[in-house]
Amino acid sequence: MTSRGLWLPLLAALFASAAAGAVDGGDPESMREFDSPQQQERYWALLGKLRCLVCQNQSLSDSDADLAQDLRDEVYVQMAEKGKTNEAIVDYLVDRYGDFVLYRPPFEPSTYLLWLGPFLLLAIGFGVLVVVVRRRQQALTQPLSEAERARVSELLENESDEDKRE
Amino acid sequence: MIPELGTVALALALCVALIQGAFPLAGAHKGIAPWMAVARPAAMAQFGFVALAFVILAYAFAVSDFSVAFVANNSNTALPIYYRLTAVWGGHEGSMLLWSFVLALWTLAVAVFSRTLPAEFAARVLGVMGLVSIGFLLFMLLTSNPFERLSPVPAQGTDLNPLLQDIGMIIHPPMLYMGYVGMAVAFGFAIAALLGGRLDPAWARWSRPWVTVAWMFLTAGVALGSWWAYYELGWGGWWFWDPVENASFMPWLVATALIHSLAVTEKRGLFKSWTVLLAITAFSLSLLGTFLVRSGVLTSVHAFATDPARGVYILTFLGVVVGGSLLLYALRGPSTLGGSTFSKVSRETLLLANNVLLMVAMATILLGTLYPLVIDAMGGGKLSVGPPYFNTVFVPIMSVLMLLLGVGNLARWKQDSLGRLWRHLRLALAGAVVIGGGGAIMLASDTFAAKTAMVALGLILAVWVLITSVQSLWTQLSTKRSVAAGLGRLPAGAYGMVLAHVGLAVTVVGITMTTAFNVEERLRMAPGDTKELAGYTFRFEGVDRVRGPNYDAATGTFKVSHDGQQVATLQPEKRNYMSGGKPMTEAGIDAGLTRDLYASLGQPQSGEEGAWSIRLYHKPFVRWIWLGALFMVGGGLVALSDRRYRVTRRRKAEAPAGEAPAPAEGA
Amino acid sequence: MQARLWIPLTVFVAIVALLGVGLTMDPERVPSPLIGKPLPDFEVARVDDPKDTISPADLEGQVYLLNVWASWCRACRQEHPVLMEASRQTELTIVGLDYKDERPKAREWLRRRGDPYALSAFDPQGKVGIDLGVTGVPETFVVDAEGIVRRKFVGPITRQQLRSEILPLVAKLRKSS
Repeated sequence: MTSRGLWLPLLAALFASAAAGAVDGGDPESMREFDSPQQQERYWALLGKLRCLVCQNQSLSDSDADLAQDLRDEVYVQMAEKGKTNEAIVDYLVDRYGDFVLYRPPFEPSTYLLWLGPFLLLAIGFGVLVVVVRRRQQALTQPLSEAERARVSELLENESDEDKRE
Repeated sequence: MIPELGTVALALALCVALIQGAFPLAGAHKGIAPWMAVARPAAMAQFGFVALAFVILAYAFAVSDFSVAFVANNSNTALPIYYRLTAVWGGHEGSMLLWSFVLALWTLAVAVFSRTLPAEFAARVLGVMGLVSIGFLLFMLLTSNPFERLSPVPAQGTDLNPLLQDIGMIIHPPMLYMGYVGMAVAFGFAIAALLGGRLDPAWARWSRPWVTVAWMFLTAGVALGSWWAYYELGWGGWWFWDPVENASFMPWLVATALIHSLAVTEKRGLFKSWTVLLAITAFSLSLLGTFLVRSGVLTSVHAFATDPARGVYILTFLGVVVGGSLLLYALRGPSTLGGSTFSKVSRETLLLANNVLLMVAMATILLGTLYPLVIDAMGGGKLSVGPPYFNTVFVPIMSVLMLLLGVGNLARWKQDSLGRLWRHLRLALAGAVVIGGGGAIMLASDTFAAKTAMVALGLILAVWVLITSVQSLWTQLSTKRSVAAGLGRLPAGAYGMVLAHVGLAVTVVGITMTTAFNVEERLRMAPGDTKELAGYTFRFEGVDRVRGPNYDAATGTFKVSHDGQQVATLQPEKRNYMSGGKPMTEAGIDAGLTRDLYASLGQPQSGEEGAWSIRLYHKPFVRWIWLGALFMVGGGLVALSDRRYRVTRRRKAEAPAGEAPAPAEGA
Repeated sequence: MQARLWIPLTVFVAIVALLGVGLTMDPERVPSPLIGKPLPDFEVARVDDPKDTISPADLEGQVYLLNVWASWCRACRQEHPVLMEASRQTELTIVGLDYKDERPKAREWLRRRGDPYALSAFDPQGKVGIDLGVTGVPETFVVDAEGIVRRKFVGPITRQQLRSEILPLVAKLRKSS
């Protein structure tokens, strides 16, 4: 909020910048300085792995929320100024916010089922496929049993009756 | 007075549903024809009463009758009429009424179009659907009556949640419900088959059109939800693996498997057991979705105001309906003895593999969606399972599926050989690798390897599906004399299949391109500032204050130019609704076939006058995601137009002339 | 042959059981990892006197409530009467942490509505908030005499909660200290 006393200088600044031509605006993220492009990528990658705690299914890299910005600031400070590793930063946040801050569920005993589950399901699915297809092959080669033979003749009789009815 | 009529109408509908549920089923069991004959008139009467209740609620909204609690909680006199009517399904009670209405509508459709079905079978189908109706009507009357009165009557209502004041709200829920609830028809057919002990290709032929139509609606509903989230939420996301999104996606996966399974059952009399199970599962997932959204068991942006008591009812209902049907399945499941056979390498095997993969995908999503609950139940605290998990596990499964899809497009029924398939597919494979891989390299050469690989995977798979799908038409043609004649003679089903598969390929291209090459800039802009993004220049003109019917908005204007030519004007908004709540963002989007230009307003910034925090996006091919879905729906429509389903009309047309009816086609 | 037909039903029963259990739980409540651990240390300025500071050490030996609030927070207005009642009518010590706020506004808020706080800390940038795992306001921590966090409440405190949960807990903690 600007008080009256600042208006004039601001207007002047506005005119000045307009006169100077198109200028890129800056928001906190675009004004950050990193040691290297790799560090910048690391920063954004890490943010993508952390959940925005006050949003619906967004990561810290996507979200507009105030808390998300605060946490981004914190991650930046830890990474660029204090030189902490990703692990240390994540631990720092988990200590304060719990596992819920991890956007990607960790791979630990309580989540083995979650991560290995899909493989398990695929294996089961594959197994089912193999069993069903094999059973078909066997059916081809096995002669009919007595009960099956009787059923076949029964069906044949019924079918011809149905045809007549139609 | 009138709202009470609404309650009466629902009560009457319930009575009719009781009759519709009890008599036809008992009649079919005992062979009592008059009891079975009750089904149709009962279905019509039930529709009449439920429709009446629906109209009464709509009327209450139209006249802003705030003595009705539901209207007071979801509407406002300042709300434009079209949103007032949409608000009918803007909250829990009204959406349950929509559920019942759509169910009654489907039941009516079955009643009207089932005259060619054997009386016993039709009676059973309608009876089962009647039983389902009982559950929902009872639920409404006991726990969620939309006609409950409010006293004292407020002068003004609370308003419809601003997020819902959008065209998406007008079409997405009805479409989705048509799909969700349409699975009840497939369910009815499956149960009727189990009860009657008759599961033959004729049953599959009857079921197919119904399942196809429901599937089409479900496809459209899911796609609409994604599109709506994209422009409504302001950051250009189009899928979040949110529990409620998953709740609509899982039935879709199973319904897709069901369509394919029905094809095999109809054509070769196989997979009967699978088909029945899939039909039961698809509807079960619809009911499960209803449960998840309303019970408070999981949090989600879509969740209605939660109430565990409602959750208990729905869970019990779910348990009874699904448990009962699975019990029936266990006891009466069709025997898989006998029947035709097929060799290890055949279209049947591939379709089976396809269905297995779809089911695995569904089960995986179910696992991820319910896992937080599992952890919490075991005292392990809160865990969040979100897009990183789902994307990681879903993509590989779908990739395998698409690979097999290509092979399945050309595989022969009953017996085929790897050698023959390889001969026919190797060109397609080469083409896919060259075009897809080449495209990926060209587009992603300046990014890191993993990204190029992902793009390559997506594009190769999509091109592979595309080539093999078109090729499948070609191979069917080559046995006819001339191309034109051949094309004309192909059954509509073949075209439908190709179109739907092409749709999948188109969607995958859209997903691949937009995920990999989406460009975002978050910055602060003052009027007059410009920003270069992906070759486009965005110029911020400033923000104006605008007044809408029930909101105040700040509207930003962006002029976008490319190569010096102006190509678009974007007008994102930040709205403050009179009824309070958080400010809503409306993105400014210039839609294009090959790219979307997207801008959204953040917050006003202190410092420069008129400065705002802005987000700018360039999203390549994002429209293809929903275009693909449109193709899929189109494919379903084309498949429906197949001659097979016109038999009844032909028969009716010919009968009056005294000729013998034409023999039934395809069996 | 028959056995496999029972698999779907078995799987379904398991899922229903899970969902049944799920109904008894509340997904909104995110438990705090701080419970059972010492309250993170901080030293921040006071709301009323920028030159003076507050830290948890000042409160050692006392059982108290740490209430995170802000003048821009609507729900805090709901909670405020309950806090006033708690500080006046009971022996509850409440420490306030003004989160991401502006001093003049905070002071005005307290002046107009009343000040239930024995001490009032000022956290304009939310740094302490992050250490406490704050995701929104209001949030309230119950801290024992050794400085260990015993309970966290998310959202405005109701009279009901005050009477049936907070006061008994505080009494218990006081006895054992």
